Amino acid sequence: MPAIPLAKAPQPSQTDPAQIRNFCIIAHIDHGKSTLADRMLGITEVVEQRNMRAQYLDRMDIERERGITIKSQAVRLPWRSGIDNQEYILNMIDTPGHVDFTYEVSRSLAACEGAVLLVDCAQGIEAQTLANLYLAMENNLTIIPVLNKIDLPAAQPEKFAEELAKLIGCEPEDCLRVSGKTGAGVTELLDQIVRQIPAPVGVADAPTRALIFDSVYDTYRGVVTYVRVVDGHLSTRDQIQMFSTGVRHEMLEVGVISPEPVVSKGLGVGEVGYVITGVKDVRQSRVGDTITTYNNPAKVALAGYKDPKPMVFSGLFPIDGADFPLLREALDKLQLNDAALVYEPESSAALGFGFRCGFLGLLHMEIVRERLERESNLTLISTAPNVVYKVTTGDGQLLTVTNPSEYPDGKIEKVEEPIVRATVLAPSEFIGTIMELCQDRRGTLLGMDYLSEDRVEIRYTLPLAEIVFDFFDQLKSRTRGYASLDYEPIGEAEGELVKVDILLQGEKVDAFSAIVHRDKAYTYGTMMTGKLRELIPRQQFEIPIQAAIGGRIIARESIRAIRKDVLAKCYGGDISRKRKLLEKQKEGKKRMKMVGRVEVPQEAFVAALTTDADIDKAKAKAKERE
Amino acid sequence: MSTLAFYVHIPYCVRRCGYCDFNTYTPAELSISNDLSATSRSYIDLLIREIEFARSTSDATTVPTIFFGGGTPTLMESKDLGRVISAIGSNFELARDAEITTEANPDTVTLEKLAALREAGFNRISFGMQSAVPHVLKSLDRTHNPENVVKATTWAREVGFQEVSVDLIYGTAGESIADWELTIDTALALPISHISAYALIVESGTKLGAQVKRGEVVMPDDDQTADKYLLADEKFSAAGFNWYELSNWSKPGSECRHNIAYWNGDNWWGAGAGAHSHISGRRFWNVKHPAAYSQKVIESGNPKQDEEILTSDQARSEEIMLQIRLASGIALDSLSATEAKALPGFLAEGHLDRAAWERGRLVLSPTGRLVADRIVREILV
Repeated sequence: MPAIPLAKAPQPSQTDPAQIRNFCIIAHIDHGKSTLADRMLGITEVVEQRNMRAQYLDRMDIERERGITIKSQAVRLPWRSGIDNQEYILNMIDTPGHVDFTYEVSRSLAACEGAVLLVDCAQGIEAQTLANLYLAMENNLTIIPVLNKIDLPAAQPEKFAEELAKLIGCEPEDCLRVSGKTGAGVTELLDQIVRQIPAPVGVADAPTRALIFDSVYDTYRGVVTYVRVVDGHLSTRDQIQMFSTGVRHEMLEVGVISPEPVVSKGLGVGEVGYVITGVKDVRQSRVGDTITTYNNPAKVALAGYKDPKPMVFSGLFPIDGADFPLLREALDKLQLNDAALVYEPESSAALGFGFRCGFLGLLHMEIVRERLERESNLTLISTAPNVVYKVTTGDGQLLTVTNPSEYPDGKIEKVEEPIVRATVLAPSEFIGTIMELCQDRRGTLLGMDYLSEDRVEIRYTLPLAEIVFDFFDQLKSRTRGYASLDYEPIGEAEGELVKVDILLQGEKVDAFSAIVHRDKAYTYGTMMTGKLRELIPRQQFEIPIQAAIGGRIIARESIRAIRKDVLAKCYGGDISRKRKLLEKQKEGKKRMKMVGRVEVPQEAFVAALTTDADIDKAKAKAKERE
Repeated sequence: MSTLAFYVHIPYCVRRCGYCDFNTYTPAELSISNDLSATSRSYIDLLIREIEFARSTSDATTVPTIFFGGGTPTLMESKDLGRVISAIGSNFELARDAEITTEANPDTVTLEKLAALREAGFNRISFGMQSAVPHVLKSLDRTHNPENVVKATTWAREVGFQEVSVDLIYGTAGESIADWELTIDTALALPISHISAYALIVESGTKLGAQVKRGEVVMPDDDQTADKYLLADEKFSAAGFNWYELSNWSKPGSECRHNIAYWNGDNWWGAGAGAHSHISGRRFWNVKHPAAYSQKVIESGNPKQDEEILTSDQARSEEIMLQIRLASGIALDSLSATEAKALPGFLAEGHLDRAAWERGRLVLSPTGRLVADRIVREILV
């Protein structure tokens, strides 16, 4: 039996680095990573069969429901190799699978010596997996290519073995074939991890350096920080210090996850585990930071630390203005567990009080919004997301604009916007469609490679703002769901950008202002004015709806004045009924937002800010519930 | 001296029109024979008992107006209607110049019937003309020949009705502006002193409501209906019929005093199935079905279903909601600053009568009348 009972396995803090293998699994969302991880827990017997539940490692409901992993974890798996019959400790470090969390992925990778590249052999590699693979290769990780789901009737292991071989420069026969579902090939995979991935190397008697690769807030324990010890030793006797902040913390607990927390005396070179310091906020224990000891601090931090930088901003407003304090509370709570989330209060004439929030990307935004709504029972409206612009005004001032309402009115010298390098993987039949979409979104083609006969990798630089809009939805719908996308920020570029304001009866409606490319301004203007014309009820005066760049009107619509709003008859028996109707209408009027003299129903704001893609998603959700 | 107007409800019709949501029943619905004479006698007996009950609870003395509505009051025997008038006269003091109105269907009246109504004490009659255009009448489920209206109004004059009115309905599906103009012109050629003209309201729970909901009938858009109102107001005024309430026009001195009592918040007693009453800030209403009405009156004389006592806010809402419909309007200095806040905007848009405004009164202009409910909301919110 290759499994080793926990009690007899090499113990934390006393494990020889030569016995340790640190690895992660790189895979796309639905390529079966969690099922494979579950299978590994079962085969190594760290989880008894009767306690097993699907996707054991994904803690949050939202993760389990969406089938994606947001927060990584590290599991210590004792294993006796079937090749040399020696005892080993495998630390499986789970990595987030989405584009928004590239930085977190990079830190997880930095904690490993090797990676299992897991690809669904019915689907082939996806763009985000490819991006993470490149990241792993840059980190000099040993890559073990693995084809998953070989039990599926649609499996094409030969085809995708070729593809993987080409990507990582190995032979197709080197690709392992497994099924997380049936367990086929998983034992061999564990043995290959031991054989192929190098043991960690570090200096045991050097000042301690441990890499934080994850940090999770727990209601009962405070922040739980996941670390990989590079040099030295971490123990409960130490006081530790964070390199980036210099702040000192007491060490309350050290341990490993196997896969429930197991307290240990400490962690030695190459080991992976967790520390608890009593810190209450993940921002004090940041991913990528280096932990050292206070008494014998290291001189140099581990490379690669970055502050999380929000890339996408959006206003979040409670539909019911009275929920504002509840929203604040919910954001405060969420921030304990999300170092990348930033927010500040914002007030909108149209939407009332809310928060301008910064996110790593669109998925991050969606997750935050969903968690706020779900966990605090809030109904939120979010304004169209936008990116961060650097605006140089005529008098040479440099402004950072995260909200269209902050966009300066006067003369503007130049505007710079974030640019990303995007990679799209798709069947080659969609090349034309994808290029058309990218060109339309101001993309510049960088290159194109065939991964296999009929699958292609297309690389573009694109303004992030274009991706933030509805690029991904468009890409999916134009390629019948076959294309996958990854992008990474590569800097900023000057753009021909303008702010389009929407005016109702001459009054600017802040919630609808948008910063767009000059060529798209007209489209945005006509789209928004048209939408509002449909959504705002007629009133007793005509309402001009205009889209404007500065003082120049680029699109206009008008809502004709209502001419009849009266009940013709009002005799004895009608009076009570009519008064009650009036009382109801008075209540309804209180829920109207006033823009100047124009009454705008809340629903009109919601509908105007909702994209078709949102509507489709809402429909899909409703369908699921049925 | 306090007054009490009387409304008398007759909840019977030979057949139900598709647009009608009034409290009325056909013989088929009540499973009674088409000959309503027995029903007439027994229902009138109940009305008289309710009038006696009214006497016992009210300290009013003078009755300035009586209005018989329905349903179709003229389905009752004229002498039975006369018994109601007598009962009111004997329990209260009927003013010497009392206005006593009945609604009538131009199809079912004869010279003799009209003479009998005069005999019973009526001096004002209001005919449901609705339209002069056959296809419009048809879509309203009305059967009469437009010729009948000419006959009926002429006979009414002959037998001595001082005040003759017609009701018109506009905004029916399929009615063109030309159709409506024809109706207006036809009405203005009649020997009448008063016109009520109502934009058709599609009520849920009616046959028409269901047809509209199913998309079988498409109602004309409100803008066209608004144009029809303005056309009517213009033509009626030119013919000497002055606007005095949103949907009512009359020759000078021929206003319906009974209806004005509603809009002025006077006291009135509504007798009969489902009728509403108002006495000094208290509104109450009778049970709706004739059978339930009968049972309650026989038991106690009091057919009341429920009541509400108006709060001062509610009373204020009603006052503004009703008086704004009148040509007399509302004194500007009776409005609070909050109530008057939105008015300059409406004045600027031409929704208020500028001359009246300068005299210190809030009076709606023709376009303002068309958005009266909105103006009321602006005043009250």
